[in-house]
Amino acid sequence: MKGLNPAAISDLAYTADEMMTVAAARALRDGMTCFVGIGLPSAAANLARATHAPGLVLIYESGTIGAKPTELPLSIGDGILAETADAVVSVPEIFNYWLQPGRIDAGFLSAAQIDKFGNINTTVIGGDYERPRVRLPGAGGAPEIAASCREVIVVVRQSRRSFVERVDFVTSVGYGSGPGDRERHGLTGAGPKKIITDLGVLEPDRVTLEFTLTGLFPGVSAATAKERTGWDLAVAPDPEIIAGPTPAELDALRDLQGTVNDR
Amino acid sequence: MAQIVSLAEAVRRAIHDGDAVAMEGFTHLIPFAAGHEVIRQRRRDLTLIRMTPDLIYDQLIGAGCARKLIFSWGGNPGVGSLHRFRDAVEHAWPTDLEIEEHSHAGMANRYVAGASGLPFAVLRGYNGTGLESLNGDHSAAPTIQPITCPFTGETLTAVAAIRPDVAVIHAQRADRSGNVQFWGIAGVQKEAVLAAQRSVVTVEEIVDRLDPRSGAVVLPSWTVSYVAHAPGGAHPSYALGYSVRDNDYYVAWDAISRDRDAFTRWLDDHVYAVPAGQS
Repeated sequence: MKGLNPAAISDLAYTADEMMTVAAARALRDGMTCFVGIGLPSAAANLARATHAPGLVLIYESGTIGAKPTELPLSIGDGILAETADAVVSVPEIFNYWLQPGRIDAGFLSAAQIDKFGNINTTVIGGDYERPRVRLPGAGGAPEIAASCREVIVVVRQSRRSFVERVDFVTSVGYGSGPGDRERHGLTGAGPKKIITDLGVLEPDRVTLEFTLTGLFPGVSAATAKERTGWDLAVAPDPEIIAGPTPAELDALRDLQGTVNDR
Repeated sequence: MAQIVSLAEAVRRAIHDGDAVAMEGFTHLIPFAAGHEVIRQRRRDLTLIRMTPDLIYDQLIGAGCARKLIFSWGGNPGVGSLHRFRDAVEHAWPTDLEIEEHSHAGMANRYVAGASGLPFAVLRGYNGTGLESLNGDHSAAPTIQPITCPFTGETLTAVAAIRPDVAVIHAQRADRSGNVQFWGIAGVQKEAVLAAQRSVVTVEEIVDRLDPRSGAVVLPSWTVSYVAHAPGGAHPSYALGYSVRDNDYYVAWDAISRDRDAFTRWLDDHVYAVPAGQS
């Protein structure tokens, strides 16, 4: 867990990571179906279910549909997911019958690198493909989640290393190189609607589809967000100041995190 | 008909140097005991196939068993990197590792094609990604190609079938005739076994009779080559109804696997020095 956000203006002390997870949870609506990646997205999706969205349907790529974990799973296939699911299906089935036809409202992903068009890299950084400087885990379910969910939300910590002009490798397509690219590639979902970071929220510009800063967490300045972005980040005329976590949100999140840290 | 043999015997008979081996199990039911036996018998030049290499292939790669890896997500779930896999790709230690990487949807469909006796499967996928270019026309052996739907004219993606020499899986139970039953998260194990020429199934227990169980996958004895009794053989993953996932082990693996010497000591103490089925 990172140190406390020194700039947080609130009666409550909370970390930047906690604010990010809370903001990501708020992006999910009750009753939605959500294809959940592990890590930050899973924490946020479970927080949403524990707070304002009890009817959120969590779907993990292990084939667990409607999982209702009482503790945060470490992997996408922990026993608690299978034991609490409405249905458990095979891996070919989860991708072919459930994800591919566009049945799922939101895809919730993380990234190692993301660019201004919301393309995601989780494959290699630096060097060449055969001998990269950093070999990342690879694609997993992300390319088809990014292609086929009705919309995509990305949760990722913001830094010059992770927010780059062009990703070193396109693992999952956001808006490609701009307007028209998703249609050209035949991608059926609408693409990434929000990038939620530890500083605020970015949304695609309606015309250029370039990700623009539209929201800031309490105490964070647009200048800081620009500094921690590897491209010339556009800022909306009047970025929203997003409310800090409520006591209920913070309690629920810490309860969930406790289930991971305690074991 | 499946033969019920010891784990050492099953590996000796089914898996040979140079084979393409798919050890499947999606987070659940990962055949670790069989993987350790392959290390112990010092198999070499294997093409390892698996959607999520996980710790099992990190161990096999670090032990020098692999020449090539075909996969779709190579991380330590919820923890971070697979350091032995990274060391092989980034620094060719202990030996160079050729890789062929796909998405989960692509890999799953490649197994489905293999199990179906088809040369390829069709999906919506890969369009616009770097994976498409890596595995397309420029590749020495392309495994992703665009294909036109004969009915609608729509362009879709074809992926080449996977036909492993051997599939290795772990299941909850088998009966004395070698019929196999598993339940919970079922991954692609059925597809992997049906796509492969031979198969090894390790099981938690061998029973007189398999009680029917809703949602269970049954592989009839005549689809399986060898069954071996290996209770706890999925550890540190788990077998629903028999064990829970050892998340602490996954977390602890990070430090062991980060360091070549620590890993080598781990191999000596926890694999080479231990009899089959007990690591």
